[in-house]
Amino acid sequence: MADPMRIRAQAAGDKATVRVLMAHEMETGQRKDAAGKSIPAWYIQEVTAQLNGKTVLTAQWGPSVAKNPFLQFNVKGAKAGDKIGVAWVDNKGDKRTDETTVS
Amino acid sequence: MTHKKTLFLAAAAAATVLIAGCAAMGPKPDYDTLVAQMMTGSFRDEGIAKVDRLQQDASNAACSQAQGGSPPEAVANAIQQAALKSVRMPADGKFIGDWREGEKLAQNGRGMTWTDKSAAPAANGGNCYNCHQITKAEISYGTIGPSLYQYGKNRGVTDADSPTAKPIIEYTWTKLWNAKAYNACSGMPRFGHAGLLDEKQLKDLMALILDPKSPVNQ
Amino acid sequence: MRSTPTAQAVLTLLAACMAAAPTVAQQKSAADGIAEYRAMLADGNPAELFEAKGEDLWKKKRGPKNASLEQCDLGKGPGVVKGAFVELPRYFADTSRVQDLESRLLTCMERLQGFDPVAISKTAFGQGEQLTMEGLTAWISAESRGLKFNLPQAHADERKTFELGKRAFFYRGGPYDFSCASCHGQPDKRIRLQDLPDLTKNPGNGIGFAAWPAYRVSSGEMWSMQRRLNDCFRQQRFPYPGYASDVTIALGVYMGVNAKGAESIAPALKR
Repeated sequence: MADPMRIRAQAAGDKATVRVLMAHEMETGQRKDAAGKSIPAWYIQEVTAQLNGKTVLTAQWGPSVAKNPFLQFNVKGAKAGDKIGVAWVDNKGDKRTDETTVS
Repeated sequence: MTHKKTLFLAAAAAATVLIAGCAAMGPKPDYDTLVAQMMTGSFRDEGIAKVDRLQQDASNAACSQAQGGSPPEAVANAIQQAALKSVRMPADGKFIGDWREGEKLAQNGRGMTWTDKSAAPAANGGNCYNCHQITKAEISYGTIGPSLYQYGKNRGVTDADSPTAKPIIEYTWTKLWNAKAYNACSGMPRFGHAGLLDEKQLKDLMALILDPKSPVNQ
Repeated sequence: MRSTPTAQAVLTLLAACMAAAPTVAQQKSAADGIAEYRAMLADGNPAELFEAKGEDLWKKKRGPKNASLEQCDLGKGPGVVKGAFVELPRYFADTSRVQDLESRLLTCMERLQGFDPVAISKTAFGQGEQLTMEGLTAWISAESRGLKFNLPQAHADERKTFELGKRAFFYRGGPYDFSCASCHGQPDKRIRLQDLPDLTKNPGNGIGFAAWPAYRVSSGEMWSMQRRLNDCFRQQRFPYPGYASDVTIALGVYMGVNAKGAESIAPALKR
């Protein structure tokens, strides 16, 4: 199982700002190692976010997203105490889900 | 009674201060020896970078001692004179190469680190833009050294082969070969003297800043 | 691929900067552009991922002795982590030497957990137990974030090490005749477009010594101070400095004492 994400969610007015740091190598597949062999592509393909279990964001990513990606988005109607969940799946089928409470 | 006691306490206090002071003094550390031990003990060979690189010649030793200042005048003069003597002018008497190659060389910051495979001049860049502004177009330049933009133009070089240009041509070559000829503790590497760049590469750098046709002098 | 909103904004900003005609103003806007880009990146520093790992590794039972590092003395008493980073390097009575953070972690990993410090020192950066060091240094420095550097100089060995560090800082050698001072010995200089702090003085809050460990975006790597010094020596064209060797500790004392009063922002974010 991959390393945990760091998720912070802060309510302000009628929305919450969510910031997520994901631990992932995001290998493009274009790089070669010291021996000249291609390093296989390994990157997050799909990201979803849930507010109290209901999906509010879906993203399709590819190899051009940077290593250890940072994602920030706003969720309308989220308030303090609500649960925010973030999940990702990568091209190897590896996945990770973490959640936090809106403060 | 009280007066005597006070005197006694004062004397005791003074004695304590004196003893404490002496203990704090101790023998002054022999920093030259300690530094030498620290340097040899802390480094190892890696790739082309060997520990013999820590050996200091007269210039590096004196400039290290000066800690950013200047060495004593006599020492500085000796360093500069020795550096001047070390300069080798080009065998064919020609100083100006190809400015296009010079620009490529000036942009290249590689060479001589432990991740570089070869110490040959062909594997080395000039590292020039790291410290100098050179062409107008290149905005990614350093400020450790002075700007070289309009170098030849500012010195009135309209024809690099003419006798009037000779002094500046030779000055520039000397500076590139061994910058310490004019400044004992110059921050500029000794590109010719240390075998970092060969004659052809140096001529191309000469062209970059002295050729009237170079973008540097437009 | 859909860019993140942040990435999209950064790309637009950089494109706008590069489109301007080359003039003196261009230099300013390139530097300003980079500064803005860094400000935007500051939130969501991947160093946080390493901080989380480091806290875990401090508390986890590991090594042949199956013990945690929770009794490790970083200078303020066993297990005291808050505030320790801004007082290192310092003298330690139990080893009778001045040690920086990484040297001290080697001591604790050896004595408490049974690890072999020589093996860890020989391990290349980014591998094996060096990854443990990345996490630990990130977390331990984070526990002093915002605090001011205040290295002790009460012990004679601390003062002696400062003097050795100063001499190492000005030590010119190698094929380029470089010393640390070649790049870091004057104010307001830069290599290419990279500003260089003057490390002979206090360069200010969150600058120089106060900005490492740091996550380097360009390589996606977490660099400790030892790694930063290692690459400095490589660029100086010096031979290879031993991990947590005397010269690295001495330089840490020199820079750290010079930075007295500067606020630490470690673990920071770098290009």
